[in-house]
Amino acid sequence: MPRTHTIRAAAAVTALGAGLVLSACAPGGSDTSSSSAPAPSSVKTDAASLGNVTLTVWDQEVRGGQEKQMSTLNAQFHEKYPNITIKRVSRSFDDLVKTLRLALSGADAPDVVQANNTRSQMGEFVKAGQLVNLDPYAAAYGWDKRYPESVRAVASYSPDGKTFGSGSLFGMPQVGEVVGIFYNDAKLKSLGINPPTTWADFDAALQTAKAKGEVPLVLGNLEKWPAGHVFGVVQGRFTKAEDIRTLGFGQPGGSWTTPENTQAAQTLVDWVDKGYFSKGFNGLDYDPAWQGFSKGRGVFLIAGSWLQADLSSAMGGDVKFMLPPAPEAGGSAVTTGGTGLPFAITNTSKNKDAAAAYIDFITSENAMKVLAETGNLPVVETQQQTAPDPLGKDVFTAFGTVSTANGLVPYLDWATPTMGDTLGATLQDLLAKKVTPQQALEALQKDYGDFTGQ
Amino acid sequence: MARTARPAGPPGEPRRVGYLYVLPGFVVYALFALYPLLKAVYLSLFDWDGLTLGTWVGLGNYGEVLTDERLRAAFGHALVLMVFFALLPLGIGLVLASILHRARVRGLSFFRTVVFLPQVVAMVVIAVAWRRIYAPDGTINQVLSAIGLESWTRGWLGEYVFALPAVGLVGTWFETGLVTVLLLAGMGRISRDLYEAARLDGAGPVREFFAVTLPSVRGEIAVALTLTVIAALKTFDLIYLTTAGGPGHQTTVPSYEVYRQAFELGRVGLACAIGVCLTVVIFAISVVITRVGDRAGD
Repeated sequence: MPRTHTIRAAAAVTALGAGLVLSACAPGGSDTSSSSAPAPSSVKTDAASLGNVTLTVWDQEVRGGQEKQMSTLNAQFHEKYPNITIKRVSRSFDDLVKTLRLALSGADAPDVVQANNTRSQMGEFVKAGQLVNLDPYAAAYGWDKRYPESVRAVASYSPDGKTFGSGSLFGMPQVGEVVGIFYNDAKLKSLGINPPTTWADFDAALQTAKAKGEVPLVLGNLEKWPAGHVFGVVQGRFTKAEDIRTLGFGQPGGSWTTPENTQAAQTLVDWVDKGYFSKGFNGLDYDPAWQGFSKGRGVFLIAGSWLQADLSSAMGGDVKFMLPPAPEAGGSAVTTGGTGLPFAITNTSKNKDAAAAYIDFITSENAMKVLAETGNLPVVETQQQTAPDPLGKDVFTAFGTVSTANGLVPYLDWATPTMGDTLGATLQDLLAKKVTPQQALEALQKDYGDFTGQ
Repeated sequence: MARTARPAGPPGEPRRVGYLYVLPGFVVYALFALYPLLKAVYLSLFDWDGLTLGTWVGLGNYGEVLTDERLRAAFGHALVLMVFFALLPLGIGLVLASILHRARVRGLSFFRTVVFLPQVVAMVVIAVAWRRIYAPDGTINQVLSAIGLESWTRGWLGEYVFALPAVGLVGTWFETGLVTVLLLAGMGRISRDLYEAARLDGAGPVREFFAVTLPSVRGEIAVALTLTVIAALKTFDLIYLTTAGGPGHQTTVPSYEVYRQAFELGRVGLACAIGVCLTVVIFAISVVITRVGDRAGD
């Protein structure tokens, strides 16, 4: 008897398992809506006439000045449009990246979300038809006139999500980011070096700093991605901006294995050979590295505008920020940069017009002023704002200059879904001299080529 | 009062009723363990990005796990970590436990607590602390410089040769306490008569260890090995927080790949396949360990 029971129980379990499998169809099959743009005539820009609306907004503006600007703007928005209630859900960047995918595929998706520009986030959401094409709103609100092409490009995709950097607008960013060169001004003076204005000057400055026993170039690369920013700046020294854009947006037709890129990779290796980087950089954390710089260890630091507030409060007037020198071939400075996470509207939102009105409000001229006042780097109308401190002024000027001169090139890891990892690991290999510049570029070319189908 | 004849079989409630008692537990187990597992197996048969319609690829994902050099390497790294997470702690734990057991140390419970302490601390805290210790200007390098070994200093987690052992040693430090305490408990149960007999036969401390202590704690060794091997194979937080798989890809492990494929690259199907493979490996190794432990115990 017990024997039969066991068999019957086993059969029940098997049946249960089989039932689970059979009842589920192919995963992800329920949502097949496409990202159709609303007809321009149907766009309503008068938010006050939309009736009582509740908007759920997911953002990642949780730190200091970010949190302040968001809550200020939300309060102002609610004051102006009392009929629209903002239900704000803020998460850290990491949490947002991990949960957004699930949230968007659920039935209760938020109305407005901050989605990372990358293919693995925004690109995938566009492909899945989960974000609203903002072109009609851009025309209605005049975003296409206020936001320069190079800024809109980093939130633009083709409607099938395959082409990044052109096509339709899917998100509106609030803040800008630019990678440049921070330098310890006090230290430069005591070393008798003038702030470099050409790449030759920069090389000479590094050499002098090394000869006088300083750490010329601070780098903490344990996290893998920091070297990508250094490489991006050095690449701008040799490679033309449009070539970098083709590679960075992962558009077909580019090549990593060009003489210019090889020169850039070789320059990094030369810097390693000459001992310009911090000791043990591949095992050094990013944060302790720049914190060391703020305490006077090191002369130059290639990093992004996001360090401005911290460096300024730690070093006061001793730290300055500059764009990389103009490329060897002439022209104006080319450097890595982009925007903060753009705000996008989900396709399941029942109040797309209200959502667009909200996005317009938090990216308006008034919003840019609030952003500057709260210590953020406004993405447009940057130079008209008052910077919070002298270093901030440097950063505002640098971003305004490079974005209007069309010198901003995308983060290289945006190119393909796997490029972040490939680039990080390859540069660690390159800097540790495990691979030659040629091998490193071939690895990057393979990732890029596999993706673009070349 | 006439009693109906009880059907033949073991005493107590009939089997059917027995299953009824198990049911509530089984439902919870099925809902939170069996269903997700089956679902993962099912998803692993698709090429699915987590958003759009998945396409059926059969065992294609498993083929990729076996052929992709990087994924294979991840499993290799996990096996190396097993040495650091399981074998080293077992060796150290055996020595430590027998010393503590034999020597009748004063304040034994104090030492037991100290040795066990790493187990109590969250892995995140441990990882951050060790990252500092291994940093180029961290404790290890400071000590090396202080004793004149300046040339040995390096960024340990960024070195191609040392990164994996460096992470592994954190595991050794973490697991040794658990193993020691388990073994101490086992040794506490050994009858004193056995030691007395061994001593009368003229056995020294070493002989005593191999003849009496070691065979008596086989069960505990099996438990300790099972726990630590599983910990080694599913390490994620430690790798994620110390090296993120770097330098290059020297320290990637299967669980890290699951995370990377699913959340960073949006390849949910492949991530499930890696997870299923990892489950199978863990299951197989655990079966072997318990089998060997049981047989030896007979």
